[in-house]
Amino acid sequence: MSWLDYFRAARKDEPPPSASAAKERLQIVLAHERIGRTREDFLPRLQQELVAVVARYVAIDPGKVKLDLDRGGDMSTLAIEIELPAPTPGRQAAAG
Amino acid sequence: MAQVIVVTSGKGGVGKTTTSAAFATGLAQRGKKTVVIDFDVGLRNLDLIMGVERRVVFDIVNVIQGEARLNQALIRDKRVDTLAILPASQTRDKDALTREGVSTIIEELSADFDYILCDSPAGIEKGALLALYFADQAIVVTNPEVSSVRDSDRILGVLQSKSKRAEEKKDKVKEHLLVTRYDPNRVERGEMLKLEDVREILAIPLLGVVPENESVLKASNTGTPVIMDTESVAGQAYKDAVGRFLGEDLPHRFLEPDKKPGLFRRLFGGRAA
Repeated sequence: MSWLDYFRAARKDEPPPSASAAKERLQIVLAHERIGRTREDFLPRLQQELVAVVARYVAIDPGKVKLDLDRGGDMSTLAIEIELPAPTPGRQAAAG
Repeated sequence: MAQVIVVTSGKGGVGKTTTSAAFATGLAQRGKKTVVIDFDVGLRNLDLIMGVERRVVFDIVNVIQGEARLNQALIRDKRVDTLAILPASQTRDKDALTREGVSTIIEELSADFDYILCDSPAGIEKGALLALYFADQAIVVTNPEVSSVRDSDRILGVLQSKSKRAEEKKDKVKEHLLVTRYDPNRVERGEMLKLEDVREILAIPLLGVVPENESVLKASNTGTPVIMDTESVAGQAYKDAVGRFLGEDLPHRFLEPDKKPGLFRRLFGGRAA
């Protein structure tokens, strides 16, 4: 350990301060939680109803529904992925 | 009629019990007849922080279940004669607390005391809900840290929807923000949320800021409410907060980082400090 290490340590790039990240993240999460406080969480019901609508037209496996919510500051996206069943071998044979 | 004040936070370990002990003692030192109730059934700790753990005979659950009279369970503080402590039960489970039971106790205490402080357990379960249910005012203890701020926001929502005042559509519970474990040096380095950030996010009136301070651990070690350590910055910060609570206009202190010693002081210092 030489005395030069003192300068090396001082010169090393410091990571950016984290407090601003804390504030930003809090503001986003709380903005959403405060909305949720006044009305109940609608996502489970939304998913149920959407699946019911799709099921009216296509036979689907309710277990193969994926719901993704990405909450951002300016924009949030809700992605619903419903896996449609592959044609059953029986039917394929009948068609062929 | 006594004012009922809940000391709450949502998150654990932020300083509710330290604050309850300090605040109750501070109010009593100002001549207010004050009682502080520990609502953390099963995890009682206020008795230790107040230094009365060896004097606990009966507790709040004994009173609710009719096994002891309220006066038998109240512990009169030997340092401040206007101060009393009602300990939580250490052995019973949380269901032993009932809303009717707590209501009766608070009504009875209202006749004899000016302030009833309710030291809430962490969380938003039954004990915490009961601690805040009867509140006229709330001291929300918050650390400058994301999970604590989020939980404080949550508990503010609970105060506004599940307290007696909210249910009966009366004037809302008066909210006070108390920021504890504040470290101005870390704030200056950008490692900790600034006081202004916490205030902006929670948007309730600021009662005080208690800096991170060694005296708090020392006080709990000896069972002396930290407000009695009049030399310590934490003790002084709590004393200021009590003053503000009673309507005094006091500037916030201990918000600035330690002065960095200048070159001269670093070369020739020691004597000057």
